[in-house]
Amino acid sequence: MSEGGRETGVAEHLFRHEAGRITAALVRVLGLHNLDLAEEVTQDTLLRALEVWQLGVPDDPAGWLIRVARNRAIDVIRRERAFRRFAPDLTRLLESEWMLAPTVDDAFFAHEIRDAQLCVMFCCAHPSLPPPAQVAVMLKTLCGFSVGESAHAFLVPETTIEKRLSRAYAELRTHRNFLDAVTGPHVPERLASVHASLYLLFNEGYHGSHPEHAVREELCGEAMRLCALLAEHPAGDVPRTHALFALFCFHAVRLGTRTDASGALQLLAEQDRSRWDRALIARGEASLSRASTGNELSAYHVEAAIAACHATAASFADTDWRSIVNLYDVLLRIRPSAVVALNRAIAVGYADGPAFGLDAIDALARETSLAAYPFLDAARGDFLRALGRTAEAHASFERAIARARNDAERELLARKLRGG
Amino acid sequence: MMTMKKFLYLFLGVDDSGLSPAELQQRMQRRIAWIQELSKAGHFHASERLEKSATTVSVKGNAKTVTDGPFAEAKDVVGGFLIVTAKDLEQAAELAKGCPIFEAGGRVEVRAIVETHA
Repeated sequence: MSEGGRETGVAEHLFRHEAGRITAALVRVLGLHNLDLAEEVTQDTLLRALEVWQLGVPDDPAGWLIRVARNRAIDVIRRERAFRRFAPDLTRLLESEWMLAPTVDDAFFAHEIRDAQLCVMFCCAHPSLPPPAQVAVMLKTLCGFSVGESAHAFLVPETTIEKRLSRAYAELRTHRNFLDAVTGPHVPERLASVHASLYLLFNEGYHGSHPEHAVREELCGEAMRLCALLAEHPAGDVPRTHALFALFCFHAVRLGTRTDASGALQLLAEQDRSRWDRALIARGEASLSRASTGNELSAYHVEAAIAACHATAASFADTDWRSIVNLYDVLLRIRPSAVVALNRAIAVGYADGPAFGLDAIDALARETSLAAYPFLDAARGDFLRALGRTAEAHASFERAIARARNDAERELLARKLRGG
Repeated sequence: MMTMKKFLYLFLGVDDSGLSPAELQQRMQRRIAWIQELSKAGHFHASERLEKSATTVSVKGNAKTVTDGPFAEAKDVVGGFLIVTAKDLEQAAELAKGCPIFEAGGRVEVRAIVETHA
């Protein structure tokens, strides 16, 4: 939102973020089964702002939105209370003309909005929903993403997002115990599901290349925002959440330097580290130390520690590859995967020398499903070249290029082949 | 100095419903930026937005009646108006070209306001 953002005094993403807060507060009052009604009220509120603010933005834009949403909610409840049921625990209060307004007001206190957002997050991460549906409904309800915007960010057709949402809405309509979402014995299981959703959301934004990076980077921003919200709330304030947040920070440090001015992908070794975000590194370090207060060592802890090694290294050559190899060994025990094994093999090459790296990669190529993954051959090519085996290196890069999944990858690999 | 005349812009045919929060905010910021631009250049005189609901007062026989509506089709809904000062209709029309309404599929009707003094 570069245009006119500063002069108009409307914060970037204000509408999207306030939409998420307002919808959560409305869901608290109207009930999760009335999620669509809540979203309608939120939409009307923003439409009103669009009409009114063009002739003068109010001093407290967020407060203005909340006042309008609150008034609309009261109107809607008066109009609909003969036909609809709202939040089960508030039914009698909302029937009383005397208690209606104060009851709605309660839901809009800052801490109540925070609680409601957490409840929505936990409900969205219901284990009966497939993770992509969990993420889709979180983006819609808490982050104000439209179907089109989600489809664009996830590089899938709108119908795919619509299907995920209708599945999720059907599930959410069955929830009667909205407030119980963040209390009770199911919380640890649900929290794990919330973490997995946020991790998926962040990775969607971080990995893969797309001409419109900004859209995808917004996904990283939303994952971080929701994770910070989670970390501040008693239901989410556990070491694992802080580890996840640290992991996001250490990766996000590099968001601005992954591509050059022309949009071409930049390798870790090529990135301009002076442009890495120091404040984010500090936040990551603070979260990682909060994450280390218990006995727990989750995959998020290990991934955060690996990302921290990269984020805090003065240069590619100064990277503590020995520690990274050790951390990958731990990660392979906690959460084994072919990509983790490849990353470990690459780290071995930098820690012990290209011959060892090459051996490790060749061992992997024989036994895992990675043979078709372009970055396996790319890493092989790097180590072969470092060993002076140029012809074999070229053959490896060419195999990698043939397996590239998009133009940006193809271009990056072609540059490696040229030796640039 | 050239005397400036007043012109009325009527904003027609924009439907903001169905936009995402980000799109609504973007649309709003473009409108604010455009109005600020007009104002900085000394052309802005006044503007108001209009509610969609309307009633019509008409005469039937001897009685004046009030009816709901008109419920104009989306393309004919007047969303608001703005008064600019410009040296002539041509300049007023030129200024209207900068309006972000066109990106939203709407249009601007430009009318000269009749001068009362001679």
